[in-house]
Amino acid sequence: MDLLRFITAGSVDDGKSTLIGRLLYDSKNILIDQLEALEKSTKNRTDGSVDLALLTDGLRAEREQGITIDVAYRYFTTPKRKFIIADAPGHVQYTRNMITGASNASLIIILIDARQGVVEQTRRHSIIASLLKIKHVVVAVNKMDLVDFSQEVYTAIVNDYNQVAAQLGLGTITYIPMSALDGDNIVDPSVRMPWYTGKALLEFLEDVQLDQDVNLTIPRFQVQFVIRPQTEELHDYRGYAGRIISGIYRKGDKVTVLPQGIETTIATLEVAGKEVEEVFAPQAAVIQLADDIDISRGDTIVKSDNRPLVSNELNVLLCWMDDKPLISGNKYLLQHNGRLLRAMIRQVEYKIDVNTLQQQPVEGQVKLNEVVKATIKTAAPLVYDSYENLSEYGSAILVDETSNSTVAAVLIQS
Amino acid sequence: MNNKYHLNYLEQLESESIHIFREVAAQFEKPALLFSGGKDSICLVHLALKAFAPGKIPFPLVHIDTGHNFPEALAFRDAMAERIGATLVVRKVEDTIKQRSLTEPKGKFPSRNWLQTYTLLDTIEEFAFDCCIGGARRDEEKARAKERIFSVRDEFGQWNPKLQRPELWNIYNGKIHKGENVRVFPISNWTELDIWNYIRNEKIDLPSIYFAHERSVIEHEGQLVAISEFVQPGESDVVLTKKVRYRTVGDMTCTAAVESVASTLDEVINEIVATRISERGETRIDDKVTEAAMEDRKKNGYF
Repeated sequence: MDLLRFITAGSVDDGKSTLIGRLLYDSKNILIDQLEALEKSTKNRTDGSVDLALLTDGLRAEREQGITIDVAYRYFTTPKRKFIIADAPGHVQYTRNMITGASNASLIIILIDARQGVVEQTRRHSIIASLLKIKHVVVAVNKMDLVDFSQEVYTAIVNDYNQVAAQLGLGTITYIPMSALDGDNIVDPSVRMPWYTGKALLEFLEDVQLDQDVNLTIPRFQVQFVIRPQTEELHDYRGYAGRIISGIYRKGDKVTVLPQGIETTIATLEVAGKEVEEVFAPQAAVIQLADDIDISRGDTIVKSDNRPLVSNELNVLLCWMDDKPLISGNKYLLQHNGRLLRAMIRQVEYKIDVNTLQQQPVEGQVKLNEVVKATIKTAAPLVYDSYENLSEYGSAILVDETSNSTVAAVLIQS
Repeated sequence: MNNKYHLNYLEQLESESIHIFREVAAQFEKPALLFSGGKDSICLVHLALKAFAPGKIPFPLVHIDTGHNFPEALAFRDAMAERIGATLVVRKVEDTIKQRSLTEPKGKFPSRNWLQTYTLLDTIEEFAFDCCIGGARRDEEKARAKERIFSVRDEFGQWNPKLQRPELWNIYNGKIHKGENVRVFPISNWTELDIWNYIRNEKIDLPSIYFAHERSVIEHEGQLVAISEFVQPGESDVVLTKKVRYRTVGDMTCTAAVESVASTLDEVINEIVATRISERGETRIDDKVTEAAMEDRKKNGYF
């Protein structure tokens, strides 16, 4: 059994919470006491139905105000897969929350209200999906019950969206017409849309191929923590612990430690205390090297025949996530996995309109939820890949040293 | 799946948790692992052992002892700490109540759950812990579903859901000001069933109360509560002897038992798969008080 992490994106009334509630409910992942609590919350309703959307409203503060303030994570399991849903709300702070939720997702469900068709929000969600290079896209055309399950309406939306997708260079897209409220095409195929011959949503989520999602061809490893037991029997043990970010490493591989540029060989590999012949992404491993060299947290170990980029001048896309605006010339900490470097934002070149993808001049400060192209200078060389080539090693965050807040998501272009 | 470069879901979760443990060790000066002898914290210790092998876990285990714990869990706690050679720090709610002249909760099920926050915050201050690792899971409860893996608390230990840091990719920002601390939840993404399956796969030992045994209990609002020195039957209570097991292990005053015949891990897992009631709903008496009970407690410095 494997694991699929996905995110749902929809605007306020697209029925996103209902969709998630329906997935949990129909796949029998909602339990009796949770349902009772739900019935209690909805007993003011006149029609006697249970509001599935309430399953995903977490905090009292939110229930009172009828809003969702943050990304919430939901879990459900079927005999085929374990699923983790990042549920990001659909209002003002959307860009920040969606990027946060999407950063760990390999699939996105973009909801479209069948009555509305492709709207500005749909474009924005799709643009973020394309910026983050989410591998699988599902377009859920919801509320089909409100357009009499019309195939014509559905086909028109598919055609519209295909144009958006072509502009954005989105990958494989799967379209599913549904009614989350009534459960059509969620877990069971809809009898009211016989013209649709594809899979229901859950079946699709269970079957979508994930094998290719982990990069096994570009070996990247960053030292997270140095294990030195310094006991009698392990006196000289010096193991470099970290997650295999991508690729495969084998015992005896010729490797280079960066940014130092020192070459050596892998002496031993361990996973959870057991010695192994090879390790692969995303295993948490410990590497011992043949030579005694000075290595610490944040250093990168790569295979000598497959080098990453090394530079202290970076071209990046910044998604600004802080209430305080970005100030050009300010210093921040750049955190790239475990590596922390002082960094200065040198120049903000342009702003990307997340509704149209058009480049716009930056007037004044860069504010929360804005995406800009900028150049960053770091105090020491960073070892990285472009986000395009290897998103796992082309992503970072900026931290404000005075507030300690995470203020930006960084997608490194070159 | 034939691909040999493939991790199943438990291996993926394990790898993620080990990564989080190592981030804690690398980013903080004085972390601590909150360890109660319950199944989730036993899994935490198991994962920490893997994360730092062949070395030892580079931080102490800390237990905030309410004084209402199951003796079986306490014995297990001590034995496990000794077996792995870890430092175990125990601080008692009893002592905090005396030192701070706090008022003991009353009633038939006098839960010290709320009071343990005081002891925890005092312990954090005593040892200057800058990070406490806890075994909370996001599937447990609504308020937890919104919490980060690295959750920053102010000097009062308070959680502010509106001021959480965005948590992107696998990058964890543990930077804090002096006096603040971070609660880290390495098994955030695990569900109850994941934990049980992992315990089975890894052959992890558990305290005996997780398996069916006979106990004197009373029925309270549909839940079975064991008779103990902390919970005495009232006049109208009927004391029954039932075969039960515990699905979670908290205080004897606020943890309910479930009827069970499961004496092996496989049988326990089968029962859990078949149940239609959630872990907290079935076993925690205190969460039912108000719908937002957990949200309130977290805001006040609880896990």
